[in-house]
Amino acid sequence: MSQEPQTEEVRSCFLSNKQFEKLFEILYGLDYEVIGPIIDQGAITYDRLTSVNDLPRGWTDVQEPGKYRLQERDDDALFGYVVGPHSWKKHLFPPVSTLSVADRTEEGWQFSEVEEDRPKLAFLGVRACELAALKIQDRVFLGGAYVDPIYQGRRAETLIIAVNCTQAAATCFCTSMNTGPRCQSGFDLALTELTDGFVVEVATPAGETVIQALKTQELSDEQLTQASAARQQAVDQIERELDTTDIHDLLMSNLESSHWDDVAERCLSCTNCTMVCPTCFCSSVEEVSDLTGDHVERQRMWDSCFNMNFSYMNGGLVRNNIRNRYRQWLTHKLATWIDQFGTSGCVGCGRCISWCPVGIDLTQEVAAIRKDGET
Amino acid sequence: MNSCSATTGGDGNSANNPWLPQSAVIRSISAEVRDVATYQLALTDPAAAAAYRFQPGQFNMLYVPGAGESAISMSGNPETHDSLLHTIRFAGNVTRSIAGMKVGDTLGLRGPFGTSWPLESCVGQDVILVAGGIGLPPLRPVIYRLLAERQRYGRLHLLYGARSPEMRLYTEEYEQWSEGGLDVRQTVDRSSPGWHGNLGVVPLLLERLPAFDPARTVLMICGPDLMMRFTARAALQMGMTAEQIWVSTERNMQCAVGLCGHCQLGPEFICKDGPVFRYDRISPYMKVEGL
Repeated sequence: MSQEPQTEEVRSCFLSNKQFEKLFEILYGLDYEVIGPIIDQGAITYDRLTSVNDLPRGWTDVQEPGKYRLQERDDDALFGYVVGPHSWKKHLFPPVSTLSVADRTEEGWQFSEVEEDRPKLAFLGVRACELAALKIQDRVFLGGAYVDPIYQGRRAETLIIAVNCTQAAATCFCTSMNTGPRCQSGFDLALTELTDGFVVEVATPAGETVIQALKTQELSDEQLTQASAARQQAVDQIERELDTTDIHDLLMSNLESSHWDDVAERCLSCTNCTMVCPTCFCSSVEEVSDLTGDHVERQRMWDSCFNMNFSYMNGGLVRNNIRNRYRQWLTHKLATWIDQFGTSGCVGCGRCISWCPVGIDLTQEVAAIRKDGET
Repeated sequence: MNSCSATTGGDGNSANNPWLPQSAVIRSISAEVRDVATYQLALTDPAAAAAYRFQPGQFNMLYVPGAGESAISMSGNPETHDSLLHTIRFAGNVTRSIAGMKVGDTLGLRGPFGTSWPLESCVGQDVILVAGGIGLPPLRPVIYRLLAERQRYGRLHLLYGARSPEMRLYTEEYEQWSEGGLDVRQTVDRSSPGWHGNLGVVPLLLERLPAFDPARTVLMICGPDLMMRFTARAALQMGMTAEQIWVSTERNMQCAVGLCGHCQLGPEFICKDGPVFRYDRISPYMKVEGL
C-alpha cells in the first residue's frame, strides 16, 4: 500500500499548526463533540477533547507482544503514536447501553425505548486500520436485515477526521490485511502531520464545511513530498505479517489441530484481546430493576467469547475450555467472519497482541497452524 | 445464499427497533405434561396483533421483566391470526417465571425471528417429520399446514419419540392428524403399564418405515442434537441425501437478530441463519465438539 491512489475528487490543502488549533472552535461551533486522543493512566486513549492542548503532544507509544509503554518524543508531534487500548467502537457501540424499559401498569407491562441524547460526534485522529474497523462494524450493525438502533443513531452524524500513520508499532500488520497505513476512504477529512502543520485531504461536503471555516493554503511540492515520505516511513516500519492466503479454509479445516491445545496452555481467557479489538461486537443482556421491581431496564454490556458463561446453554457450557474458546475467537475473527459479513474481522491494528498479558500473537498462531497443516 | 431467511416482525412496533418488546397478554394456559404447558398469547396492540404472521419453525423471544428472555418456537397454527401458541418447558429462569404467571398477565414478545421449515420444497414429495421430546412443538405448525394442504403432498409421516408414554405431547390430536392423512408413529425410551407401542430410539422408526422412497422424501428433524444426528445418519444410510434433510438447532440466544454473538455455531448465527438449516449446511459444525 505504498502507492498514493487518491481519487481526483479529493481536494488537498495545507493547514498550519496555528489554524489546526482553531479546528476545535470550529467543530464546537458546528455542535460537534470532539473525541480524540488523550493520555490517561499511562496510555493514549480516546476521550472528549476541549482544545489542542489535550492531545498527547510529544508522546509516542512503544508496543510489543504483551507490552505497551508511553515514551517522550524528541519533537512536538500531536499524532506521533500508533493505537492504544481504546477504539472508536466504545463511542458507537457503548460498553453499556439501555435497550428497552419495562414499566408495570394497571394494564400490565408496558415497554418503551430510551430516548438518548445523542451529540454529534467528531472523531479526531482515526487511523486507516480504524477506518476499516468502522466499516466492518457498520456492516455488522447496519448492513443486515436488522439494524441496531443505538449504533445507527450514534453513527449517523459522526464526522471522521482521519490521520495517516507516519510511524508503525512493532505489533502493526495492516499491510497484510490491506487496511493501511494509508487512509483511503471512509473519512471526511484526512490529515498527514508535518512539523509546521498538516496536509489535509477533504473527501466530503461535511469535511468541506469544516475546512472552509479555516484558513488553508495551497500545497507546495515540498509539502507533498514531505507528506509522502512521512507516510512511507510507516509502511517501511511494518515488519509483522499475517499470511491470509486461503485463511478461511486453512483455519476451518484445522478445527481439531493439536495447536489449539498449545495455545490453551498460554491463554488466560482474560478477554483483553476482545475488549481492545475495534471490531469485536459480542454482548450480553442483563435485567436491571428498581427496588419495587416495577421498573426494569434491559441493559446490553460488552461480553466476550472468552468468558466462561458466554456459551451457556441448557445447564451446560458449549465451549467449556480455553482451547475451544480461543479457537472460537480466532476462527471467527479470521475465517467465519468472512462467511457472515464478506470481510475479515481483523484489521491488523495489533491491539490484541500488545494487550495480551502473556503476549499471544495471532499472526504467529496462524503461522503455526499453517505450518502444521503443511506437514 | 439463505433460501429461507428470516422475515422481519411485520408489526408497527418493533419493525424499526428489533430490541423493543411488545406487550402480549396470556389468554389461556393448557397443561400438557409434567413441566410443560401451552400458552395462548395475544399482542395487546390490536393493529400489531392483526398484522402478525409467522412461518412454521420460527420463534419469538418471550420476555419476563426482571427475569429475562427465552427463545420459544411457535407451536400453533400459522393460519390462526388472532393469537399465538407457545409450548414451553419450564427448565430455566425465564420459563420458570412464565410458569408462575396466570391468564390475564402480560409479558414481552419480540419476533417472529429465524428461518422456517422448507414447506415449498415439499410439494409433490413425501414428508417425514421426526420429533424428539420437546422437539414436537416447533413441528406442529408444519403438521397444521401439511394437513390444510393435504393434496399438495405425497405420503406424510410423523415419527415421535418421547422419554415415556406420559411425556408425549398433544396426544389428543393424534387421531385427528391420522384422519387428516398423517401417519403417526411413536416410540418411547421407557415403557409404562398400558403401553403397547414401540420401545427404543427414533431412528428405529425410520428404519422400520414401510414403502419408504428416499428419492422423493423430505425429512424434517427437531430434537436433541444427538437424536438429530443419529436420525440424519440413518436417513443417509437409507439412501437420502443431506440436501433432503432439515434440522432445527438450538443455542443460547440473547438478541435473536445476529447482533450479540452468543448463538454462533461455526459461520452460522443460529438465531437468524437458523434455527432451521438444511443438513448439509450445518452438519459439519454440529459434529465438532465445543465449537
